[in-house]
Amino acid sequence: MENNVTRTFKNLEHKNEKALIGYIVGGYPTLELSRGIIEQLILSGVDIIEIGVPFSDPMADGPIIQDAFTKTLNCGIAPKDCLNLVKSIRERHKETPLLLMTYSNILYSNGLEKFLTQSKNCAIDGFIVPDLNFEEADDYLKITTKLGLSTVFLTSPNTSTQRLRKIAVSSTGFVYMVSVFGITGSRNKFEKYTFESVSRSKSIVSSYGKQLAVGFGISNAQDGKKMIESGADGIIVGTSLIKIITNNEHDQSKMMSELDIFVKELKAICKVPN
Amino acid sequence: MKNNTDLGKFGTYGGRYVPETLIPALEDLDKWYRRLKVDKSFQRELSGLLINFAGRPTPLYYANNLSRHLGGPRIYLKREDLLHSGAHKINNTLGQVLIAKKVGKTRIIAETGAGQHGVATSIASAVFDLKSEIYMGAKDVERQQLNVFRMNLLNSKVHSVHSGSKTLKDAINEALRDWIANVQNTHYLIGSVMGPHPFPTMVRDFQSVIGKEIKEQVHKLTGKLPDAVIACVGGGSNAIGSFYPFVNDKKVKLIGVEAGGKGIRTGFHAATLSKGRIGIFHGMKSYFLQDENGQISEAHSISAGLDYPGIGPEHANLRDTDRASYPYVTDKEAVKAFIQLSKLEGIIPALESAHAIAYIIKNAKNFKKDETVVVTVSGRGDKDLQIVRECISGSEVGIEKNMQAKGIGLEDGE
Ligand SMILES: Cc1ncc(COP(=O)(O)O)c(C=O)c1O
Repeated sequence: MENNVTRTFKNLEHKNEKALIGYIVGGYPTLELSRGIIEQLILSGVDIIEIGVPFSDPMADGPIIQDAFTKTLNCGIAPKDCLNLVKSIRERHKETPLLLMTYSNILYSNGLEKFLTQSKNCAIDGFIVPDLNFEEADDYLKITTKLGLSTVFLTSPNTSTQRLRKIAVSSTGFVYMVSVFGITGSRNKFEKYTFESVSRSKSIVSSYGKQLAVGFGISNAQDGKKMIESGADGIIVGTSLIKIITNNEHDQSKMMSELDIFVKELKAICKVPN
Repeated sequence: MKNNTDLGKFGTYGGRYVPETLIPALEDLDKWYRRLKVDKSFQRELSGLLINFAGRPTPLYYANNLSRHLGGPRIYLKREDLLHSGAHKINNTLGQVLIAKKVGKTRIIAETGAGQHGVATSIASAVFDLKSEIYMGAKDVERQQLNVFRMNLLNSKVHSVHSGSKTLKDAINEALRDWIANVQNTHYLIGSVMGPHPFPTMVRDFQSVIGKEIKEQVHKLTGKLPDAVIACVGGGSNAIGSFYPFVNDKKVKLIGVEAGGKGIRTGFHAATLSKGRIGIFHGMKSYFLQDENGQISEAHSISAGLDYPGIGPEHANLRDTDRASYPYVTDKEAVKAFIQLSKLEGIIPALESAHAIAYIIKNAKNFKKDETVVVTVSGRGDKDLQIVRECISGSEVGIEKNMQAKGIGLEDGE
């Protein structure tokens, strides 16, 4: 079944482009500003938006995203604010995939079905849940399927082929490959194992008709280019965007122009010459 | 009881909710653990260490003075406080380090609250000449300087964690992050019956030596089963270790005592099963203290070892199936029990264990005079002397005033 995620990848394929996926924290630095930031990212060329719903204890995130979560929670931002944020973006961007990225407890703590239904009502396209694996996802998959929500599962360089097959089957549109052994924002230089797992994962995932997007630690166009050369269908940037936002918290126009420059650099390498 | 241990499920609780990077390590650990669990030479090596190094079996002591003072029941103390390192934590750390060694891991990491599990991890790592690094919340580092020194002396590196509430839950977050980055050579030695499968099962098995000994010792003394087994509950390892061999003996009451902190209406407590909601955190489905949006709350207890906003999944299931009950005891009651056991029996319990003692002191009247009640003294109180000292100035009134000044609540439990 076609949805915003699959349609976006199809359109990109027609244009011979790879997907640029941008992650921001919902409500950071303020609710109003995060709306402006998303508008800017879309305008500058981001194809898919991931909105991080702040959680008190983000175990897969590094200090930059942790800090953004803490500040946002201290301002009283709740998950429903992130849902409403998406709802308001949706009014102007009918086809841009808007995904929520958050931890299991946010989804489950008030009842999974309730949260997923509310999300659907706010025009969210789907979810990325870094601490949810397919083994524990029966209910989640049943409800998301019923509601027509996309599910993106994560894979890692040490994931076995057998598991990756199941991950690909359970994912809608694309699989999220974590590039390194580490958390978000890791400043490692990428090693050979990352590129090898991109190629290996790509061939498995594509045999299920799914795309492979790679994220964690991508901080510049060269990194992104190497991921694409290794076979990635998309690259995901998060921490680098949050850094620009944090560094320019008090100078909105500089924030927007730096985001614009950075996104355009990355989008440029997503355009693969024939 | 329906326990699907294959998936690490206790009823609907437990499971494995972690980033994909950790799944291969957990599957591997599970495989190794199943194999070693039935491996005679592994079991021989572990039990040799427990006997000759840690000091097992621990005595079951009839607390004559306390029993008489309360007018019954017959109270027996399971003396885990006499173990090397001064707490039950070493039952688990020796087992897990031995597994890590067999699996070929070269580095051990662990979280610690008060420092007891950090010390027990450092000791076990020293025995096997493994490098160990301990994550500890910055607040706890401040509160427990002597244990930090102890860990350093035992050759461990202690990382002070400055994120979040700077206590145990944040130390666990940071240890998990480390594990994600270093999963190839590192074993994460979780200190309680919590976290993703297989930890709740594995740690329970290692701690079950407590309950097995209780069963034998009580049988030898009375020819019967005990009427009740009582233990304090942080993550729940000394409690499940005490309970597990009795789970199918339906007549034995199992009572896990949580930390009521300043009182459970104050918001400053760690009474997860009284006040928590079902959630998913630290790799498991269980009960957690959390706000209406699913943000995890800070826990509060005078005893750092009980200062955790969650509880092991097997306890969640024992509670839901009415096989065990989980009352709470406040800071004040625990401090009083700490003092009382010291004076009456010449045994200074850990503040954690003092919660279990406080429960029987409060509820002695609910037991028959000739009933046999076992209370697990999970650790010794040396580490808590400073904090209790600050509470005492001779008279009862003085104690209360000092506790108030220290921000310790004066509320009695129910
Ligand atoms: C002496 C003692 N008892 C109890 C606990 C609580 O842990 P658990 O509930 O896993 O037994 C601790 C934890 O540090 C402890 O040091």
